[in-house]
Amino acid sequence: MKTLPKQSLPPLISANNLTCIREERLLFDELSIEIHAGDIVQVEGPNGSGKTSLLRILSGLSQPYDGQVLYKAQAVNQCREEFQQNLLYFGHLSGVKGEMTAEENLAFNLALHGNDASKTSEYLANVNLLGFEDSLASHLSAGQHRRIALARLYQSDAPVWILDEPFTAIDKQGVASLEQLFIDHASRGGCVILTTHQDLISIKPEQVKKITLDYNSDCAFD
Amino acid sequence: MTLKAQSAELTTTTTSTEHAKSSVRLSYRHAFMLVLKRDLTIAMRHKDDIINPLLFFVIVITLFPLGIGPEAQTLSRIAPGIIWVAALLATLLSLDRLFKSDHQDGSLEQMLLSPHPIFLLVLAKILAHWIITGLPLILIAPLLAVLLHLNEQSYTALLLTLLLGTPVLSLLGAIGVALTVGIKKGGVLLSLLVLPLYIPVLIFATSAIDTAALGLPYSGQLAIIAALFFGSLSLAPFAVGAALKVSTN
Repeated sequence: MKTLPKQSLPPLISANNLTCIREERLLFDELSIEIHAGDIVQVEGPNGSGKTSLLRILSGLSQPYDGQVLYKAQAVNQCREEFQQNLLYFGHLSGVKGEMTAEENLAFNLALHGNDASKTSEYLANVNLLGFEDSLASHLSAGQHRRIALARLYQSDAPVWILDEPFTAIDKQGVASLEQLFIDHASRGGCVILTTHQDLISIKPEQVKKITLDYNSDCAFD
Repeated sequence: MTLKAQSAELTTTTTSTEHAKSSVRLSYRHAFMLVLKRDLTIAMRHKDDIINPLLFFVIVITLFPLGIGPEAQTLSRIAPGIIWVAALLATLLSLDRLFKSDHQDGSLEQMLLSPHPIFLLVLAKILAHWIITGLPLILIAPLLAVLLHLNEQSYTALLLTLLLGTPVLSLLGAIGVALTVGIKKGGVLLSLLVLPLYIPVLIFATSAIDTAALGLPYSGQLAIIAALFFGSLSLAPFAVGAALKVSTN
């Protein structure tokens, strides 16, 4: 494991000696990471290697078997409210309700996280859903569901983005504009932690830090 | 904080005012109303949720006179018990829905990760559940009481016990649902967990209605149901919040 160049600010998110055990199998052990403002971090690994588990632990949804997660050098459990105000987590499941329209879904998601929900149609236009505002989400496709949920990214002022497979079911053009959004977010002083099996196209390899999880060998972080 | 200041500097003036505007909406009342409105909207578009428990309640109560016979004296004797048991089972049937669909589509995770305290969001969901299932039962109960020849003096007691008792059913039931929401087939476990907690409400409610039929004061039983109501109102949301965190772990 290489150490990162020291920066003046404390890392936005850091993890100390995380250990995760699922179904009596060790997924990762003694994993320590530091994620600074401006970082784009890609978590890599084969299926079942614990990528989602790691992201859920970092977001505070799951508790690690051992170790702790720090937000700005403060244990997450001690500053949960502040952390959650500054966190955007996007999981496997999009959290979109079939009974509500695209616009209502987005407005609820934004308002729930304390964001301004007044210009929803503008954000839906960002994800190519203009004209679908009043369609019930149950009438839309899987990719469009993901897009409704991802539209939140365009309005989020949370610095920490934890995204689990954000590109699933999204077309090429959508992936490109999402990548551009990640670059903009990182340059504004945020950080993006994501998992994906696709190669990142517009984000240059030197901009991306990689965490490789592999239960056969030790975890590597560079 | 320093980071936010930095990012505001980097972005243009228009977006920084947007940011300032976007983080003001964090009031408790706003969050409560938001979740309540959402759950009621979903229920109104998915009417099965409202109709199924109500239909179950009506069917059970109308079947009893057919099974037992139309004798007025017997029916009025067992009416309080039948109405309350039916209300209890109707609530139990509807409980599953309280968190299950939110858990399946991931919106529960988003609620847990929102900056609002989870007990507040949970309380809004429970209130929505009561409005969807408890309130219709209370409204239709007097009509069904007529079918069972309920004693005239008992109507007020019936309504008061239902008004205080059905919220307790929703509140206590929510704890059970929150604990079993992560389990694939938690239905049986849910009944086992929740039914014992419902028994005090059932005993005191039917006792109040019986006492009223005799023309005696029933404020003691009502006071106990009220105590159950306020006790569960103040404690259940915290228990549900903790249980949900365990279930999604």
